[in-house]
Amino acid sequence: MKFSRIIASTGEWLSGDGPHRNIVVSSRVRLARNLHEKPFPGWAKKAERLDVMRLVKDAVENLPEMADSYSENLEALSPLEKQVLVERHLISREHAAKGVGSAVVMNSPQTLSVMINEEDHLRMQAICCGLQLDMVFGMINRVDSELENLLEYAFDPTLGYLTACPTNVGTGMRASAMLHLPGLVMSDQINKIVNSVNKIGLAVRGLHGEGTEAIGNLFQVSNQTTLGETEAEIIGRLNRVIEQVLEHEQNARALLANRKSITLHDQIGRAYGILSHAYSMSSKEALNLLSIIKLGVDLGVFPEPCRFPVDELFIETQPAHLQKGAETQKMSADERDSLRAAIIRAKLSSVKEPDIAHLQAQTEDPAEEKHDE
Amino acid sequence: MQCDVCQSKEATVFLTQIVEGKMQKVNLCEACSKEKGVNDPTGFALADLLMGLGAAQEIEKTSSSLKCQVCGFTQADFKKTGRLGCSACYAVFTDGLSGMLKNMHKGTTHTGKAPAALQERRAQGEKLRALHDNLHQAVVAEEYERAADLRDQIRRIEAVP
Repeated sequence: MKFSRIIASTGEWLSGDGPHRNIVVSSRVRLARNLHEKPFPGWAKKAERLDVMRLVKDAVENLPEMADSYSENLEALSPLEKQVLVERHLISREHAAKGVGSAVVMNSPQTLSVMINEEDHLRMQAICCGLQLDMVFGMINRVDSELENLLEYAFDPTLGYLTACPTNVGTGMRASAMLHLPGLVMSDQINKIVNSVNKIGLAVRGLHGEGTEAIGNLFQVSNQTTLGETEAEIIGRLNRVIEQVLEHEQNARALLANRKSITLHDQIGRAYGILSHAYSMSSKEALNLLSIIKLGVDLGVFPEPCRFPVDELFIETQPAHLQKGAETQKMSADERDSLRAAIIRAKLSSVKEPDIAHLQAQTEDPAEEKHDE
Repeated sequence: MQCDVCQSKEATVFLTQIVEGKMQKVNLCEACSKEKGVNDPTGFALADLLMGLGAAQEIEKTSSSLKCQVCGFTQADFKKTGRLGCSACYAVFTDGLSGMLKNMHKGTTHTGKAPAALQERRAQGEKLRALHDNLHQAVVAEEYERAADLRDQIRRIEAVP
């Protein structure tokens, strides 16, 4: 499979459907595995890394799940191509920084990807849209069970799967969900939620994981610990917490619509106005405004068919995707900003003005009023 | 008080976080606190920061010059990177690691998935142990017929590579 085919299709996790699709953008489960007594990638010499890569890549490419796969050594990818994969969450930022001795293998729907010689010999992940962590775990678990017959894993009966960083030892599993939480941000409740989620041993992070900023009102919730609980227990805990956060987000949205309807209408109207008339826009501004439009779709201010084009813009306006679409090798930040604005304008031209009357009709519902008292 | 990260400047930011009833503390200087994103509550978990620091100190407290025979990794390397050299390092640095893992995780023993082949071996090991116990009892009780039967069972299992 060619890289151009990866670029052409958006990947199932963006275009597909799943439970709580409005708020839960995607569910992802990652497993870290290593080979018995082989030095971890960060400590291995180049020749050792290459040996491990050949061994692992061969095993992964021959899996039935990878029948129609894209497989490439990282040194063969341009910085731009790597960045495209990062923006799609198919490889990590750390992996994109690697070169000779590292590789990536992914299936054609872009739901499974295996990073070879990232921090661990194997980092395999499954990603799908909506809240379906159990299903996603099932997918990657099958891949893992097939690989354990072909490769000798580093496993200790007491400590479980052994990983380069002690924070991943045990199950080696990181399960996470990407949540879109504009309601909690606009009502200033997000810090409270983030703090309480942190207190129960789960991590909340920005768009691209550890140490990244939360832009576009997107937050990643994931398990912090990997030892002492089964995979099912970790995912169960995560599911319960996410469902709570969803409920809070829905309440926050209802409350905004009822009590701060003018602020809400104003924000949606402004976001629409700026996005459809701007001629230069940074990626951060774009994501923040698109987030408000997405909220508008959820609230019925924009018709449902607008959902997919808006969701697509979240990816298409990222720096590497922009440049890839333009097919020029180097662009200045100014050029990117103006191209970004043009792409957004073009796409939004098919989206009608926000139907604020629809929102007002909802908030004037007498049943809601009573509930409000 | 010195900054826990750079170990050079005066610490002015004092953080305490309670995660699942365990208290974690860290002292940072102005520059390091900014760099680690302490001001941004959404992108910051004290536990992540402490992992790199505490881990290495914990190891240092244990015996002085450990070195992994398989990959040549030393505790100085661990202090520098916060990562281990290979899977065998877990056994080499076990003393320092066990305390650290206790603080880091929910438990100290893996209860999740295990490779199927290993699970089989584990189950077989337990079965063998039980048979040996029974054999011993049978011999003590002078039930030689039962003992012979048990001995044959053990041989059958051990014959399979």
